[in-house]
Amino acid sequence: MMSVSVQTEDFDVPAFYKALKADAPQIGAIVTFTGLVREFNDDISVEALYLEHYPGMTEQVLEGLIEEAAKRWPIINATIVHRVGELRPADQIVFVGVNSAHRDAAFAAAEYLMDILKTKAPFWKREQRPEGGKWLDAKASDEKRATRWH
Amino acid sequence: MSTIKILYFAKLRDQLDCAEEAFELASEACSVEQLKAALCERGESWQKAFADSQVLVAVNQVMATADTQVSANDEVGFFPPVTGG
Repeated sequence: MMSVSVQTEDFDVPAFYKALKADAPQIGAIVTFTGLVREFNDDISVEALYLEHYPGMTEQVLEGLIEEAAKRWPIINATIVHRVGELRPADQIVFVGVNSAHRDAAFAAAEYLMDILKTKAPFWKREQRPEGGKWLDAKASDEKRATRWH
Repeated sequence: MSTIKILYFAKLRDQLDCAEEAFELASEACSVEQLKAALCERGESWQKAFADSQVLVAVNQVMATADTQVSANDEVGFFPPVTGG
């Protein structure tokens, strides 16, 4: 029913898609989302992004999100993968995949998982600069998106 | 004596220069709010770090609030708003 992973290694999206497709022909829809590290806003002093998390709690929160999504929508399977450690522009950072009998549930659940992950899962981003690290602030726009699902 | 484990993450850990510690509660149990007050007695850098109303807390890896009770062997995590995804 669920698969959650927090890892430093990169991940293979086609492999996750294949796993979600294995539930066919029970399912009629697969929605996948992959988040990438964007360029650092032309700020050349940023060398990389560093992702920290709360080991143990992070996995529990992500599993809880999938359980909540399964209560709200008739999804069959869901996968969340999030990378931690040092990342650079164009690197894959997060994957959310959901399958369901119909697309409306799959679309909604995938969006829900991403929105709540961004405001509830204990991950923190730090910009690596020559003079040291700078922790990023949470965005009000992310909080606003998440409140849509309350 | 009630000993708890406290973890600090991200910006908060850097501000306090502390990632993890064992802490003796003055009584058998207390609220998160009372724990924060006890930590703030350590001085200005602690008061400053905890003065931020955005500091979040988890007790035994579950999101908690100011009145959540903490007792022996609990794990308390303090951290800033999350920025993953």
